[in-house]
Amino acid sequence: MSTTPEHPERPEHPERHGYSEHDVHREVTELEGRSATAARLFDIRRIIGGLFVVYGVIVTIAGFAASDADIDKAEGVNINLWTGLAMLALGLFFLAWLWLRPVVPPAPADDPAE
Amino acid sequence: MQTPTYPTAAPPTYTPTHAPAHPVAELPTHLAAELRLPTNWLDYAILAIYFVVVLGIGFAARRSVKTSLDFFLSGRSLPAWVTGLAFVAANLGATEILGMAANSAQYGVYTVHWYWIGAIPAMVFLGLVMMPFYYGSKVRSVPEFLLLRFDRGAHLLSSVLFAFAAVLIAGVNLYALAIVVEALLGWPEWVSIVVAGAFVLGYITLGGLSSAIYNEVLQFFVILAALIPLTVLGLMKVGGWDGLTDSLTANHGGDFTTAWGGTGIGSDNPLGANWLTIVLGLGFVLSFGYWTTNFAEVQRALSAKNLSAAQRTPLIAAFPKIFIVFIVMIPGLVAAVLVPKIGTAGSDLQYNDAIPYLMEDLLPNGVLGIAVTGLLAAFMAGMAANISSFNTVFTNDIWGKYVKRDEEDAYYVRFGRLITAIGVLASIGTAFLASSFSNIMSYLQTLFSFFNVPMFVVFIVGMFWKRASMKSGFWGLLAGTTAAMVNYFVLYKQDIIGIPSDQGANFVSAIAGFVAGAVVMVAVSLFTAPKSEAELRGLVYGTSSPGMEEPAGEGDDAWYRRPALLGWGAVVLAALCYIPFSF
Repeated sequence: MSTTPEHPERPEHPERHGYSEHDVHREVTELEGRSATAARLFDIRRIIGGLFVVYGVIVTIAGFAASDADIDKAEGVNINLWTGLAMLALGLFFLAWLWLRPVVPPAPADDPAE
Repeated sequence: MQTPTYPTAAPPTYTPTHAPAHPVAELPTHLAAELRLPTNWLDYAILAIYFVVVLGIGFAARRSVKTSLDFFLSGRSLPAWVTGLAFVAANLGATEILGMAANSAQYGVYTVHWYWIGAIPAMVFLGLVMMPFYYGSKVRSVPEFLLLRFDRGAHLLSSVLFAFAAVLIAGVNLYALAIVVEALLGWPEWVSIVVAGAFVLGYITLGGLSSAIYNEVLQFFVILAALIPLTVLGLMKVGGWDGLTDSLTANHGGDFTTAWGGTGIGSDNPLGANWLTIVLGLGFVLSFGYWTTNFAEVQRALSAKNLSAAQRTPLIAAFPKIFIVFIVMIPGLVAAVLVPKIGTAGSDLQYNDAIPYLMEDLLPNGVLGIAVTGLLAAFMAGMAANISSFNTVFTNDIWGKYVKRDEEDAYYVRFGRLITAIGVLASIGTAFLASSFSNIMSYLQTLFSFFNVPMFVVFIVGMFWKRASMKSGFWGLLAGTTAAMVNYFVLYKQDIIGIPSDQGANFVSAIAGFVAGAVVMVAVSLFTAPKSEAELRGLVYGTSSPGMEEPAGEGDDAWYRRPALLGWGAVVLAALCYIPFSF
């Protein structure tokens, strides 16, 4: 591994040492301008809501169909039923949040090429 | 003190995802054969749905990747609650969950220290004090900050070590997953290694960091859905909290259920640490090193949409972190009651088996499927956090700065995808290596775990002392790492100084590394040239750079979004949590 850094690799800026704050700042600002994530990335609340509603329904049904053995195993609690209902509630919470407070994506970047 | 039964003996040490050490405990063991879970089609259906969703997120996130900034930092555009939950989930890998439950079964309520003093203060410090410099300077990685503040020596050293460590830890997660899946579901090890590796490869090459973060948020909720029922049923089984503490006190003594009992200097306790080494070694040095400079964590905050969101990332994460200890520690304590001989020669069960044992014992099909899914999701997320930070550091900091500079941006996106594939293949290789040479792997992990400490020294001195010179960064890193390793591998392992446990030795080594790093930095700075004021703008406390004056986002001035309130709120809450466990 190189231990001694070399400084003067950029003769046009002899006073600067390697990569400077300005380079990073300029590069990242430029990339932020072209970034597509904000405009195109879907909202994770939709996925959490959807998955937990599906899981909630499955596990709740398993709770309704629970055998005595299942309930005895879980200390006399119908744990599938309670967990299922809680997951269903969490899923619905995320869907409701999404519906009440949708994120308005910023205007698409002026680059229709893609 | 009690002797752990696993051959290489390290009880879980700190720094779970980056440089962990829970797997140190796990590697040489096999989960007991009787842990095979009674899974049925319902549980497998739940698992299958999760895998489909994971890949679906990757495909859906693909269209948002246009620039390298999108791929490596989600375009710096995510909301704070998403990055905050990802921040806590990236740490909540399965090795952390199984390891901290094991820690509780072995040491008792001391486990709370890893959360309330060993995480919260550091997370708050990251958010309130350090984040303006990280985020405001627009760096894309932790090593890149070192490049701006110090020089290429510090930058290259930290980048290369981080890249190695990340692949190593990813492989260890993969191997730990394979052991657990083999025991619980009966899949051969190589099947789980290849399948989990392929899924992580798939979703990160497709969607980059956005995929990784979204899957972490999802994993966070699934793991809660798995652990909360387990905790509740476990408590009921042993007669509630009172029944739990009564049994533990009868079997293990009163200190087992307190946070500070037996930690007076000079007194004996199983942890092998006194209050001073806990506060300084764990609470200050180890925890600040891990939470504030480990890029696998910091990367989540750097992907937030503005400075306020970046600051709030670790602060939002702090609140779940305060309470997660209960759903990890209580199953461990319950296992210690139900299987009094756990972890000793009198039982087939290891400390690491605590949670799988309760899953088998208490959960019916359905919730069992959720629990298996949660564990697998946590293993994959632990691996993915390391892969997604590895590809960023390798592409931006190593390849893009020293090998192929000034290529067009699309080149770095392609390279990032390629290096992700290489990183995953390397971790799969590491996982197979680990299955044959587990001692070497635990040795390597301990070695890398000492690297966070000097990183923190260099950051702290560099951020608060303008005079710290360019060269001091590199020499501070080197000296601190060396000192910590010498203390651990020579002084402690060769019995030159007496420390009663690996855990205690870890804390002391961390303090040694911190002091050595700081002393060397000061000494080197006195004899070498500082950076000019202009170059330090925005990197050192008391200065600001043009990027810091970005306008606040809409609604960011709401009182409940004020970073200072959130941060101090978390600290006060963590301190209050100590009260019931202190007397």
